[in-house]
Amino acid sequence: MVTPFDNSAPALRVEGLRKAYDDVVAVDGLNLQVLTGECFGLLGPNGAGKTTTIEICEGLLTADSGSVEVLGRHWESDARDLRELLGIQLQDTQLSEKLTVDETLTLFQSFYRDARDVGEVIDHVDLSEKRYSRVGGLSGGQKQRLAVACALVGNPQLLFLDEPTTGLDPVSRRQLWELISQFQAEGRTIVLTTHYMEEAERLCDRVAIVDHGHVIALGTPQELIDAVDVSHLPPPEPRKTSATLEDVFVSLTGRTLRDE
Amino acid sequence: MGGRAGAPRASGGTTGRERGDRFKRSSMVQLTLVRFREFIREPEAVFWTFIFPILLAAGLGIAFRQRGPDKVLIGVVTSSPGSAAVIQSLAKDSTLVVTAYDDSAAARALRTGKVALLVVPGSAKDSVRYVYDRGRSEAVNARLMVDRAVQIGAGRVDAVRATDTYVTEAGSRYIDFLIPGLLGMNLMGSSIWGLGFSIVTARSKKLLKRLMATPMSRAQYLLSYLCSRLVFLILEVVTLVGFGHWAFGVPLRGSLATLFLICLLAAISFGGLGLLTASRAKTTEAVSGIMNFIMLPMWIFSGVFFSSANFPHTVQPVIKLLPLTAVNDALRANMLEGASLAALSPQLLVIVVWGVVTFFAALKLFRWR
Repeated sequence: MVTPFDNSAPALRVEGLRKAYDDVVAVDGLNLQVLTGECFGLLGPNGAGKTTTIEICEGLLTADSGSVEVLGRHWESDARDLRELLGIQLQDTQLSEKLTVDETLTLFQSFYRDARDVGEVIDHVDLSEKRYSRVGGLSGGQKQRLAVACALVGNPQLLFLDEPTTGLDPVSRRQLWELISQFQAEGRTIVLTTHYMEEAERLCDRVAIVDHGHVIALGTPQELIDAVDVSHLPPPEPRKTSATLEDVFVSLTGRTLRDE
Repeated sequence: MGGRAGAPRASGGTTGRERGDRFKRSSMVQLTLVRFREFIREPEAVFWTFIFPILLAAGLGIAFRQRGPDKVLIGVVTSSPGSAAVIQSLAKDSTLVVTAYDDSAAARALRTGKVALLVVPGSAKDSVRYVYDRGRSEAVNARLMVDRAVQIGAGRVDAVRATDTYVTEAGSRYIDFLIPGLLGMNLMGSSIWGLGFSIVTARSKKLLKRLMATPMSRAQYLLSYLCSRLVFLILEVVTLVGFGHWAFGVPLRGSLATLFLICLLAAISFGGLGLLTASRAKTTEAVSGIMNFIMLPMWIFSGVFFSSANFPHTVQPVIKLLPLTAVNDALRANMLEGASLAALSPQLLVIVVWGVVTFFAALKLFRWR
């Protein structure tokens, strides 16, 4: 029996993915392979096609062409199974402010056949003190941890996080990093997008840099850093250390990560 | 399944706790509970759904309540010698309120409408003159009443002895007309607002999209709105009809089961309309506009506050096909006339057709993202 936890099979395989909106080609022949148990980062300027790619992989958008295989399954034939196996955090979801943390998670839990215990997930994301508080009264970091808790409560094998730490203070960010590392330590797979190079260097086993709808660089953070020709970098100040992932990014795209 | 640390599944015999767990773990139950919580925790929604219709009914019921016979205001000019006898004769009729004036004050009182009619006793004892506007029915009425009192005071004997029996018929008052209309309006408003606003809010906050990424059943999501509507429906009907019945004696002549069936069909049918308004709108501003556009004509044309029979004959067939007209007509026929279920079938048909058509149109158009 082939289980989705077979380490030799990729958790996610994307080939020749293409998606155009009315007049913009968002994803243009993108290829990706994410291994089981890996934490994989998608980096790229805004508008590069990261979110579109992720939403196609999550089954929220359909591609114009190309193939997507998630945990050895396809959206066309196995949508119900896939929704059970994926945990998802979207960039811009606002959960209902009138519900409590506990009620929100109990709702999400009820959708899954093999869900985790609500109290356990609340402990896990460190929201026990806020368990019976309304979502409307949570801080930004707490709301983001709740969004991740909603992704975790279905007991997923593959977690998609779209800019999970954007706008968070350093303490909240570190709490989320801790959560992601724990999830990975259980042998499960994470695909995340981020604008923070420190985050990618710290969390991701491999990163892909996406621009104009396709992958322009792929490797471990260290490999990418080593490949940069430091002499071409615009020198903001005299450098004492080697290049950073931020430098990789700027030299490849000619833009900074948060360029609009 | 290896490696998945899920809660153990309940199997075999069921204990109370397991049944409770299964209830708690049912997504249908959870979705419906969310609808309740979101509604109850919105004080404005509770006010507009439950309190406002009662305040409106109470206000209008008191404003248009039936009083005793209207008082008729009469002026008597005192400059003539016969005026004392006339005033004495008029005082015997309790519906007449008589004020004495001198010449100039009398003319002003008539001109400004303080009195409906002016009595000018003649210089001779056997003559009297009435000054009034015969285009005003209350003045003509005053003329009849005053003349009768004056003639009787002067010794006239009626040829036929008449006695009066006064009746007030429950069911024919304004409040009796109003309560079924308010109920219909409330059923429409809470279904359309309840579904439309809440679904569009979820869509604009990307919550709908997030739910689409879970294994949640879309049918259950929509059904949960209907389930919660049905529970609130019972409360709405009981508070408004109960208030009308106990406070104003609004009759309930038809069967209560039929009344409830009409309300149920109305709530479901308007639910379809609510779903349709919410099917594509991306912002709450947009959906508010659509909802007002749909509801406002029905508030006016469907006989909520005044009878739809006031509109011209040519537009009546169109008015009859509006869902709120059908609901209001059916509610009034049931409550005021005690109409049977069979007699209401034309209205019920209109309600059901609206529900089916809007529901399928909404499903066809619905944007889940």
